[in-house]
Amino acid sequence: MTGWRRYLPPLLAFPAVIALWEVLVRAFGVESFVLARPSAIVSSFVANWRVIRSAGAATLIEAVGGLAVGVVLGVAAALAASRWAGVRRGLVPIATAASAMPIVAVAPIMNQWFTITSPVSKMMVVAVIVFFPVMINTVRGLSEVDPGQLELMQSLASPPRRILTGVRIPSAMPYFFSALKVASALALIGAIVAEYFGGPQDVLGQYIINRANLFAFPDAWAAILVASFIGIGLYLVVSAIERLVMPWHVSMRTGGPP
Amino acid sequence: MTTATTAAVGAVGLGKVFEGTGRQRIEALQDIDLAIAPGEFVSLIGPSGCGKSTLLRLIGDLITPSSGSLVVNGKTPHQARLDRDYGMVFQQATLLEWRSVRRNVELPLELIELSKAERAARAEAMLDLVDLAEFADHQPWQLSGGMQQRVAIARALAFDPALLLMDEPFGALDEMTRERMQQEVLRIWSRTGKTVVFVTHSIPEAVFLSSRVMVMSARPGRISQVIEVGLGARRDDDTREDQRFYEAITEVREALRHRQGAVGGEPVREATS
Repeated sequence: MTGWRRYLPPLLAFPAVIALWEVLVRAFGVESFVLARPSAIVSSFVANWRVIRSAGAATLIEAVGGLAVGVVLGVAAALAASRWAGVRRGLVPIATAASAMPIVAVAPIMNQWFTITSPVSKMMVVAVIVFFPVMINTVRGLSEVDPGQLELMQSLASPPRRILTGVRIPSAMPYFFSALKVASALALIGAIVAEYFGGPQDVLGQYIINRANLFAFPDAWAAILVASFIGIGLYLVVSAIERLVMPWHVSMRTGGPP
Repeated sequence: MTTATTAAVGAVGLGKVFEGTGRQRIEALQDIDLAIAPGEFVSLIGPSGCGKSTLLRLIGDLITPSSGSLVVNGKTPHQARLDRDYGMVFQQATLLEWRSVRRNVELPLELIELSKAERAARAEAMLDLVDLAEFADHQPWQLSGGMQQRVAIARALAFDPALLLMDEPFGALDEMTRERMQQEVLRIWSRTGKTVVFVTHSIPEAVFLSSRVMVMSARPGRISQVIEVGLGARRDDDTREDQRFYEAITEVREALRHRQGAVGGEPVREATS
């Protein structure tokens, strides 16, 4: 399939689903606190645009700030783990166990440590959530290198530093980016859930809770819609960076050998 | 006869044991004596598990011997590797897929910290030698298997090593490509005068390429026979139909067969059916 034809099915399916939703809700007279009508959500979106936009911006800053902290720490820990076997043996099992914990559960504690009114407390929740998948995947990427390539570097009498920068880090890139895609989605979840535990009111999490408590469900849905757009936006940004950083990867290829 | 000290590669009583747990101790090579003269093209051939790759990897200092001595260009293999005396070509091209063809050939040159201009010139010349100059800016995955292997050869020759070690480099290629690559390697060999040690399990390949074929036997790995190939230096497609080519093939085949049923080093006559 070429060009715009590839985008045709989703472009048709999306409005169709929305229309069906609208029709079913109207036809069966579903109450708005059960499921809001798309048209009501859109008009709430338009009416509350200013509030939702600034709440969305605040949540985005928390998510991206926390993502940055978690990714930097995760990559640093992964490099240390691949450099020193002792660190790897000590850290990786703990990280694997820790990543199985529901980390959002630490949100009240982070609110306590980093003061509930500060966006830093939310960023720290995000950072903790993001840290483990980034670290575990990057460690795997740095260690699961084609043994032939390592042998090649050995035959060229390459210093260990060049093996790291020239072979291990490029090999780890696909692992790192798949972790980053998961992490960017987790970051948004982490930020919103952390907001549910309290703090400033001008954020998506608090907006959703407050509107839902007032039975203003179309407003809550409008905020959820913004959260989805932010999530999709983060994913697209990560994909674009991935494309720039590793145009060589299998997933980016077009055309084959002559 | 080349002595062990003036040889490009000289081994005396060389052995390699892979220590495993309990019964897994494997004696891969035993009592290898060999002398390869500078500029010679030598093939190692034998059944799988005979230790031919192990011998090549010992020469290339990718593993260390358990016993005996090994000298490369008058040095220990370790020193020779540090001096960048080796170019190695493996069965897989093992190109770094995040680098263009040109930058793959430049990889060894980056390690010896050659200037950018020198690297570019040298890579250009090497790609020219393997007839791939026009593909310099392609990515490895855009090339066929045979072309990738030629890039690997260009890379191995990049810092002008005295010794070219090739471990079944054409094993993964189809027959047609394989014959073209053999011709290519001979052309490069005659132009550069490198010493080549070539591991293969193909008898015609060993005979077509080599000045000498070292026939190995398994468990423990030994050199059972050395066969001089009297085909002269110039070889082309006609050589493959030459009577002497067939005679050499027969000689190598018999040397291989001779050892197959061997027990305790003694040859056993083949059962006739």
